[in-house]
Amino acid sequence: MSTVALEQVSRWFGNVVAVNDVTMHIGPGVTGLLGPNGAGKSTLINMMAGFLAPSAGSVTLDGRPLYRDQEIYREVGLVPEREEMYDAVTGWQFVLANAKLHKLPDPAAAARRAIGTVDMAAAQDRDIRTYSKGMKQRIKMATAIVHDPAVLLLDEPFNGMDPRQRLHLMDLLHDLGDQGRTILFSSHILEEVEQIAGRIEVMVSGRHAASGDFRRIRRLMTQRPHQYTIRSSDDRALASAVIAEQSASGVELVTDKLGSSTVHVQATDFSAFVHALPQLASRHGIRLLEVRPADESLESVFSYLVAR
Amino acid sequence: MNATVAALTSRSLLGRKRTLVLLLLPAALLGLCTLARVLAGLDPDIEQALNGPLAANLLTAFGIAILMPLLGLIAGTGAIGPEIDEGSIVYLLAKPLNRYSIAITKLVVAIGVVVLFGALPITVAGVVLTGELGTVTLGYGVGALAAGCAYSAVFLALAVVTRNAVVIGLIYALIWESLVGGVVPGAQTLSIQQWSMAVVQELLGDTAQRLSVEAAVGFGTGLALLTLVTVTAAAYAGNRLQTLPLHDNS
Repeated sequence: MSTVALEQVSRWFGNVVAVNDVTMHIGPGVTGLLGPNGAGKSTLINMMAGFLAPSAGSVTLDGRPLYRDQEIYREVGLVPEREEMYDAVTGWQFVLANAKLHKLPDPAAAARRAIGTVDMAAAQDRDIRTYSKGMKQRIKMATAIVHDPAVLLLDEPFNGMDPRQRLHLMDLLHDLGDQGRTILFSSHILEEVEQIAGRIEVMVSGRHAASGDFRRIRRLMTQRPHQYTIRSSDDRALASAVIAEQSASGVELVTDKLGSSTVHVQATDFSAFVHALPQLASRHGIRLLEVRPADESLESVFSYLVAR
Repeated sequence: MNATVAALTSRSLLGRKRTLVLLLLPAALLGLCTLARVLAGLDPDIEQALNGPLAANLLTAFGIAILMPLLGLIAGTGAIGPEIDEGSIVYLLAKPLNRYSIAITKLVVAIGVVVLFGALPITVAGVVLTGELGTVTLGYGVGALAAGCAYSAVFLALAVVTRNAVVIGLIYALIWESLVGGVVPGAQTLSIQQWSMAVVQELLGDTAQRLSVEAAVGFGTGLALLTLVTVTAAAYAGNRLQTLPLHDNS
């Protein structure tokens, strides 16, 4: 049972702050590190893998600082994001080489076990350069678990996988987590994370935006204020009707230079508002021409969590 | 030394198209020397020249001055540069391995390659030119070995420091050592080529003067500088591997 602890960790590169005052504890089980691209996920994983020193704060594994300590790799496995490996060798030779680099007592047995776990025995004697993206991902996974590590860090492991491979890896991470290992993987897709991660840490723009189980994160995301842009047959009447609704907290009637108007609505309760809007329109005899949610990108969803 | 690191390194060093270039260079040297030998058989003037300074000049100009720096550049940078560029070095670094042992293993593999494709062919070329495994042949063989060690170590360290190691290495070998060194005498004292020639000159002994082999530095200085540069470069490469910033895609 191992815990990776980050205490008030910041990391900057020149003027750019990649990670800003992050405190989190990653314990046994599967943890998802969720955030849009550029949120600092890879920087965080690099620090947890001991390749990068925090500019401030501390990153430790069971109390031991991780940076520049080669001995930690006996307990830590890393699946890097980049695909390149030593591709002039076969999958078997590469996993075996990794087992030998770990100085395991029986490297061949360890390699066989790891390749079996990722289900690559059938293709193990082919050169890595002939592998598909998903197969390379599995061999990368095998090299990371060959020494039976207590901590496994995976940087965007689902990238480029087809749905079947994705399910297979999800099952595998699940099993490894159930065995009491500390598993952390990064992703920018909520659906991916919530299927396997017992716990989710959300990063946005270098900051730790939220943390909890997926139900909590889901709720935070769907219950945030939603904004809509609406065009209708009578915008002014619609605006006055909307503000009378409990689920709306703000209305703005915007008229552009040509005289055509739109209604901007801030809804506090997403599902209640979506139900109420058509009813109130028909009650007032207003025809809805267009209802458009404003700014639904992942970044803006996450930004809300940070601003909270 | 780590056998697994050595195996992976030599696999990727010899497993690419670069092997062809590695073979081409010594083949060209041997072809040239064989041609000189054949011509010497036809023309007594050439034979006389070959028994004089010509043999030494060929080995210096094509062996020590061209073959060794180019091979050192290919082997030294190739032993680690592509892995750093591609990011696959992470598989070595995420292991409980001493960083100095990684650097030294890679250096040993690179030196093995320059011996195989450089120092050995130069020795064979010496036999072809002089007709014997004598003082000249052995002098150049050992000189080439010394040059190969220093070039490999310097270019290996360069590849750890910068992604432009090949370009910088070429500029050093071709422009600094050959061009500037040929015109500005002072530049010659800071040249692996001249340090290696000091070793050759020492081994040739009295023959050196007859063959007009003369290095810009003395033997003691040359040997000390070669050792210093090789050891420092290897240590520096190992040290840099401790804190190698891994390329970040995001």
